[in-house]
Amino acid sequence: MKKFETEIAIIGAGSAGLSAAIQAASAGAKVLVIDENKRPGGQLFKQIHKFFGSQEHKAGIRGYHIGEELLRQVEESGAEVMLDSLAYGLFPNLQMGLIHQGKAAVVEAKKYIIAAGAKENYLAFPGSTLPGVMGAGAAQTMININRVLPGKKIVMVGSGNVGLIVSYQLMQAGAEVVSLVEAADKIGGYAVHAGKIRRAGVPILTSTTIKRILGETEVTGVELVDLDSSFAEIPGSERIIDCDTVCLAVGLNPMTELAWMAGCQFEYLAPFGGHVPLHDENMETTVPGVYVAGDVTGVEEASTAMEEGNLAGIAAAEALGYLTPADAAEKKQAVYHRLAVLRSGPFGERRRQLKQKQLAAMETYKKKMGGAAVQ
Amino acid sequence: MRKEGYLYTGVPSAQELASFPGKPSEERMSKGRVAVVECLQEIPCNPCESACKFGAIQIGENITALPCLDEEACTGCGLCVAQCPGLAIFIVNKAYSETEATVDFPFEYLPLPEKGDLVDAVDRAGQVVCQGRVVKVVNIPSNAGTSVVSLAIPKEFADDVRSMKRLGE
Repeated sequence: MKKFETEIAIIGAGSAGLSAAIQAASAGAKVLVIDENKRPGGQLFKQIHKFFGSQEHKAGIRGYHIGEELLRQVEESGAEVMLDSLAYGLFPNLQMGLIHQGKAAVVEAKKYIIAAGAKENYLAFPGSTLPGVMGAGAAQTMININRVLPGKKIVMVGSGNVGLIVSYQLMQAGAEVVSLVEAADKIGGYAVHAGKIRRAGVPILTSTTIKRILGETEVTGVELVDLDSSFAEIPGSERIIDCDTVCLAVGLNPMTELAWMAGCQFEYLAPFGGHVPLHDENMETTVPGVYVAGDVTGVEEASTAMEEGNLAGIAAAEALGYLTPADAAEKKQAVYHRLAVLRSGPFGERRRQLKQKQLAAMETYKKKMGGAAVQ
Repeated sequence: MRKEGYLYTGVPSAQELASFPGKPSEERMSKGRVAVVECLQEIPCNPCESACKFGAIQIGENITALPCLDEEACTGCGLCVAQCPGLAIFIVNKAYSETEATVDFPFEYLPLPEKGDLVDAVDRAGQVVCQGRVVKVVNIPSNAGTSVVSLAIPKEFADDVRSMKRLGE
């Protein structure tokens, strides 16, 4: 069986993983980035919209351009990216099992950075297994990566930023978005994203959900129903609208399997998408040598994922002696500052508080273990 | 009954539109081209501030603060329109002619209209308000894919028109 030896193994070549790789490899560490896909970049190459934030967060730049820039920096840094490589297990002896180009292989590294991202949530209702019902992220991959339109008349479920942005991009790709439905009484995502699709004529139906999907072999329409303030259906409010595709943008769930397997301690933080691994300010988990970054630590956004990746990369390089504590501290301070800005305002504040809670839980755990070896 | 306002509908209510820090005064509007920065929600974002060469859009250290328009400093040059990732800045010219105003808005759909085309001008809810005549389409590389379309419309609709119906629908 093939064995890959490296100093830092990073699982996931997305926003967080690539940022971590750039930091660690530029500091001098030997870095191997592993990704199951045929192309690196994670979700970045699907993000054809301009990012928010400030200049230091790459604001105003479209996601796929940020992806291209990260790949250029990865190449410069000397980190190696290994594609078509599925990490299926991280064992307590800190060996990682891999299916590399169809064959079993092993990775041995001194440090691991899990940047596996998140997966889309599904929603079950009558007809939800029919062809034509898909995750909004899947639809976004179809239009922006594969350039295939999933349908002509789309109903989007969920008004978070994913639902709003993918609706917009489906129209840019040439589809009609018939309606966006949202069970809550208000819009979940940014008002500017909602404004874009409203100007394009898309109704945003709050306090509304899908009762069932119509169609025998494929989607031909949906039955919508109004919801009251306790999310109960209002009888008599049912109506049918025609569509051929239903996209679900109902949240994401961190891909934590490797962290569970490695024995990391978790905390349940619902707004972060479910169970998330505890980590410290260095992004290191309760298992020494195992770091996490990006959506796997709690679902946020690409900008925060890049910054968490930066932190994990700096910290792992420091732990291996490639950065002096003083140099590392300076670099980390700059990242903390950028993260604090991203986690501010009415949207960011909640995420900042959650992150504080996650860090505090880590502190409590460390104290409980009483300074003894954490493992 | 569903509630009003951008949080509930995606469209600002009349009350929300009556005052926001990026809104120029009626007096300034009557003098000619000026930016209307329709950013009503505190999100961490500030490219508009650095896009303005005249310092007419101010956000400050705290980048979640709403952008404030210095209407006297604003020349209506329109550089900010394509730099706003939220596509929330418009240039309105109520002094375009006796009867017409122009509204410049960001537009990211293909095909693009051409100068002289008559198109359906729409409001913030996508409803057709009137016909508009395309007076300019700017699609320069520094706009990074965001075109800016300028429509001439009857003056009374200058506060309502904010986009156009997509072509080829």
